[in-house]
Amino acid sequence: MVIDAVSFYLFALMVLGGGILTITRRNAVHSAISLIVSLLGVAGLYLLQGAEFLFAVQIVLYVGGIMLLFLFVIMLVNLDMAAKERQFNHQWLVALVAVALVGAQTGYFLIRGQGAFRIADAGGIAPPSALGNTEILADALFSKYLLPFELVSVLLLVAVVGSVVMAKKRI
Amino acid sequence: MHPITTVHYLALSAALLLIGTVGVLTRRNIVIILMSIELILNAVNINLIAFSHALRSVDGQIFAIFVITDAVAEAAVGLGILIALFRNKETVQADEVDLLKW
Repeated sequence: MVIDAVSFYLFALMVLGGGILTITRRNAVHSAISLIVSLLGVAGLYLLQGAEFLFAVQIVLYVGGIMLLFLFVIMLVNLDMAAKERQFNHQWLVALVAVALVGAQTGYFLIRGQGAFRIADAGGIAPPSALGNTEILADALFSKYLLPFELVSVLLLVAVVGSVVMAKKRI
Repeated sequence: MHPITTVHYLALSAALLLIGTVGVLTRRNIVIILMSIELILNAVNINLIAFSHALRSVDGQIFAIFVITDAVAEAAVGLGILIALFRNKETVQADEVDLLKW
């Protein structure tokens, strides 16, 4: 139990620290690397909660795929000029106040509503089953959620075509 | 030391969501705005996995997979738009793209 708590706080530190660094760095490459730290922390949280398949997906897809895409675009688009300019827009103060209000509301709700979330306190480890996490996920994905799964493939096709159309000079 | 409960995960997810929102609302660089959107989607995923764990149901993980797919599609199209924008206007600052502004 102690090791669970220690790893939770370690991963939480990675997630929040990486997130704060991501939105405050001047250089976009530094932001991207901080985002990688944050995403790895999220992957660790998945592992802590027994979502092994999503842990692998998070690392392969986010850290390997999306961040590579970001770094490619950062190299492709000249960001040197942008790094020298003002980093925050004029309404940053209003935005911060609004976000602080939302944060206060959420915090109040979480503290007052703590009792409603007691379901997880019992122990947290699912009853042992013959099937692993990946098998259970696959069973649900290809039976109960077959239609959304196929719709997602259409979405991906649209995204592929859309990004090619957007980024290509002449079609 | 208190045991880690669902509330801990929800608080972490809320904090990450707020960090991402601050990034979207205050940064000028479009690349970093897109990264902040990734942070927001990850906060959603932490929430989904926390409830999936708490309710001992696999549905939350399925939805997290769908959210990750959406994030991939959004990043691909968003970065494509960014490249088209940079080619036409030579800028990556969100507040310099004000053609529709009064």
